[in-house]
Amino acid sequence: MALILQAKNLNKAFGAVTAAKDVSAAIEQDSVVGLIGTNGAGKTTFINMITGYLKPDTGAIEYEGRDITRLPPRDITRLGICRSFQIPQLYSSLSVLDNMHIGLGIVLRNAGLGGYFARPGALVPGFGKPAEEVAEHLLARFGLADYRSRNAQVLPGGVRKLLDIALTMVAKPRVLLLDEPTSGVSAQEKFGIMQMVLDAVRAEGATVLFVEHDMEVVSRFAQRVLAFYDGRIIADAPPAVALQDPEVKRHVVGRARA
Amino acid sequence: MVLLIGGPWLPQWAMFIVTIAFAKGLVALGLMLLLRAGLVSFGQALYYCLGAYAAGALGRFFGVSDIFAQMLAGAAAAGVAAFILGFLLAKYRGIFFGLLSLALSMILYGLLVKNEALGSTDGFNILPSTLFGMRPGPGWVRYAVLASAGVVALLLALAVHRYLNTPLGRLAPAIKDNEIRVEYMGASARHAVHVMYVIAAVLAGVGGALAATTVGHIDPEMAFWTTSGEFIFITILAGTGSVVAPFAGALLYGVIHTTAYDLSPNTWQLSLGAALLLIIVFLPEGLWSLFAQRRWR
Repeated sequence: MALILQAKNLNKAFGAVTAAKDVSAAIEQDSVVGLIGTNGAGKTTFINMITGYLKPDTGAIEYEGRDITRLPPRDITRLGICRSFQIPQLYSSLSVLDNMHIGLGIVLRNAGLGGYFARPGALVPGFGKPAEEVAEHLLARFGLADYRSRNAQVLPGGVRKLLDIALTMVAKPRVLLLDEPTSGVSAQEKFGIMQMVLDAVRAEGATVLFVEHDMEVVSRFAQRVLAFYDGRIIADAPPAVALQDPEVKRHVVGRARA
Repeated sequence: MVLLIGGPWLPQWAMFIVTIAFAKGLVALGLMLLLRAGLVSFGQALYYCLGAYAAGALGRFFGVSDIFAQMLAGAAAAGVAAFILGFLLAKYRGIFFGLLSLALSMILYGLLVKNEALGSTDGFNILPSTLFGMRPGPGWVRYAVLASAGVVALLLALAVHRYLNTPLGRLAPAIKDNEIRVEYMGASARHAVHVMYVIAAVLAGVGGALAATTVGHIDPEMAFWTTSGEFIFITILAGTGSVVAPFAGALLYGVIHTTAYDLSPNTWQLSLGAALLLIIVFLPEGLWSLFAQRRWR
């Protein structure tokens, strides 16, 4: 399969702390990759470097053959790499629907359809439908339709997570990075939420990288696992293999949160 | 409409108050747009004053006194200045944005005070307005200005109303709420603030030109920080609920100001302060919350 994203020998240090040590990974198009590791192992640093929040000290990131290492987050987003956050980043004083419309507005503006002053009825690129319909479509996909007029601030934790992910989908990302999509979600809900998210995301055709602490979730949903320890990738294999790796067992699985 | 038809029967002083309310309402409308993005400009008088001087300069140096040309000149002068200064200001938020905008308006004040060609602290008078080359009779000038102000304010308010549903209009509360998210959705908060800043300045420039031609005189006081304070006062008084609110706020401000000044010329600031205090305590969402219905929110 074709490669869509490639990290080459990334290094990143914060003072004496090494957050990434010679991290390399090649991500195939349409794959679902799970990132595992204890807190501080370098998973979020990896995501932050890909999305432009952090610049690696050395190394390069290529997306569809193009070097994106030094681009700012918004340019990387425009190219089709989107992310969700461990702590959902919402427009909390606004309704769920307004949240979606802000995102859709940005998509319209970036598509150049009248820029900042795009007409409300303009067709959203990638969906070929007006913003109103795209919003409803995505809200339904993520099970958020009943919450549409609720204020984002008062949503239950799991719903906030879903909205955070739904917000990334307005731009039709080609690569989606999910930072702990099921953290703060009850054990019973985890599988359901993960299934819904992956169904929705895969239906829109995106490659997925997700950070996860629950090994059952990882083995069920990931096609491939990148195990991080101490800023390095210590295993890169399908879950059945990676989770049995002695080093992974010692450093990750044995110490993972329940 | 009511104003257009009923206007000629209004007493001259009332025409004056209403026209000035349109002018200041336009400035407050711009402030409201910035306020939606969480930005408070303590220096909007900069653009108000620039607009007024641009309108004045048109008459003083080119002999043009058409009211629409004046408003256009005011808008253009303010827009160009805001475009340039926006590169600096769009980087700042909160108190830094506020104080920097205040500093810039005081710089203009200082420049005008030192400028003999523009009348220094005394400013200069503006010729009576003409309308598309016609010169209304002495009794009709006020009304002509009032009607033009009303039409322009209405058109601009409608434009702003539509603007609120554009991507940029929706982006304002998003920038106020969560700028990180805005960036990660592929938009530049700084760029968006820059555009909003220019729009607000253009509105203030039109307002300044209107005020100039209504009063018939301009002076550097229009850029002084107390003038900016007045606009913030109006904006808070009005609330951000609707594009009509700033005009209602400006009118109420005019009425309170005039009445307070009539009753007690030495302590009118006290009455104004008390009015603002009451509004903040009892109507934190502004005057407009008295009229606002759920469907408008």
